[in-house]
Amino acid sequence: MPKIPLPKIPESIVPAPLRKPAKPGQGGAAKGQAPADLKTSPPERQTHVQRLTDQAKEAPVDVLAWVDQRTGATGFLTGMLYRKVPKGTNWFYTLGSATLFAFIVQAVTGVFLAMFYTPSTTQAYASIAHINNGVPLGALVHGMHKWGSSLMVILVFLHMGRTFFFGAYKYPRELNWVIGVVLLILTMTMAFTGYLLPFDQRSFWASVVGININGTGPVIGPYLSDALRAGPELGATTLSRFYSIHMLLVPGAIIALIGAHLYLVVKLGTTAPPWVRAEKPKGAAPVSQLDAGVEGNGSGNGASSSR
Amino acid sequence: VADDADKMNGAEEAPRQQRAKPDPPGYFEGESMTRRRAFTIAAQGIGGIAGAAIVLPAVGFAVAPIFHRGKERWEAVGPVNDFVEDTYRQVVFTETEGIGDAGKTTAYVRKGSKQFEEDPNSFVAVSNRCVHLGCPVRFVEAAGNFICPCHGGVYDFQGKRIGGPPVRPLDQFQTRVRNGQVEVGPRYSVTSQLEPVRARDPGEFTGGIWEYLYPPRPSTFPPP
Repeated sequence: MPKIPLPKIPESIVPAPLRKPAKPGQGGAAKGQAPADLKTSPPERQTHVQRLTDQAKEAPVDVLAWVDQRTGATGFLTGMLYRKVPKGTNWFYTLGSATLFAFIVQAVTGVFLAMFYTPSTTQAYASIAHINNGVPLGALVHGMHKWGSSLMVILVFLHMGRTFFFGAYKYPRELNWVIGVVLLILTMTMAFTGYLLPFDQRSFWASVVGININGTGPVIGPYLSDALRAGPELGATTLSRFYSIHMLLVPGAIIALIGAHLYLVVKLGTTAPPWVRAEKPKGAAPVSQLDAGVEGNGSGNGASSSR
Repeated sequence: VADDADKMNGAEEAPRQQRAKPDPPGYFEGESMTRRRAFTIAAQGIGGIAGAAIVLPAVGFAVAPIFHRGKERWEAVGPVNDFVEDTYRQVVFTETEGIGDAGKTTAYVRKGSKQFEEDPNSFVAVSNRCVHLGCPVRFVEAAGNFICPCHGGVYDFQGKRIGGPPVRPLDQFQTRVRNGQVEVGPRYSVTSQLEPVRARDPGEFTGGIWEYLYPPRPSTFPPP
């Protein structure tokens, strides 16, 4: 593949820690010459307009600096956004971000759907019909939410598969795997509770079947079913209960756990794919010598026997 | 910053190097607990009580329906003469009030049959709720069986399972006769021998050890 030259990133937008200092003799002021901005004559008196224009130009930077001085956000954001990633990082590593994006789509469309939806057994179906047929763009927003839920479940599983097959769940990232499993369960809870909300025949019977499957758990299953239904039969309180779980309880938990999940990703870093071998540190003895007598690899290429 | 008492405390007994563990700041000889520890326990305890005072009622409110049993409900489904021994008649009545059509359920009602050693003056109301996962079963007159469209559960004329995934016979409803009308009442489940037990959800076995593995729920009515 021909190497495409990257466009030069302007020095001003590169955060200070990543800027390459000019090598001696290069860049900066030419030797023996006075700096260009050295004033040799008294500064000219600025006009009012000039002064205001200068201030206006500085305003965005000033605002950012004001915030940064009080939050230290630049340091945090620089560390997070410019963190090093291992060699071999590829498109499979975007599945987590894709899942997060799917969740954000669900959250945003869900908030707007809640403006028109009525969680009542007698009005729920009519309110969904109104969203689809009466509200401008309602069918689109409802469709995004409906199909987006399937997309999110699919992406969660692909993300989980990537983590599993790349061995990214191993030490020290086990806790992040556990958090991810909880997020998977919460995502399925969202899909399950959201299914009842349109309150059509499919919603109703799917929820009946889902609750009954849940009830087959020994000893506590029957009580869990009653708690889900708020009674021995699926009724009016079941719908408002599912609605509350769907839009208040579980989203809060998901947001909190996504925060923990991302914190651990940034803190621990990502793993290289399993096919990328560890690099020999600079100045280390050739690996072929270290391995001599252990594996008897005569190829001289240390990397091939490093595992 | 250690105060004078800290510096003096225990200094006579042993030099600092030999002591196993230095006493924490604020510790006085003879105390079983430092001020700091006492306040830590007190603050955490009070915080815990305050938290429990909020969380416990809220959780109790959420799970309260488990322990609530609604009012017993009877509904007339037709005059006595409408029902015969050798086939079922489909009736629709309200099981859960206040939610319109979603609260209605279907039962298949017939007169008690001597063939099954039932009281000929009684009535049998079989629920159409499949005990596999809750789909609606249909009585197929030609076959004399109840058949579930979802996963192929088959029940005989009495509602006993004869095929497919269901785990027990079909549920029944209590029946009685008032003013010449047959009335159906609360739901109950049956064992494989058609002995009445408290209503169980679909998918839950009845009878024997299953009565303990799927315990009866307080929200259901005692069987007849």
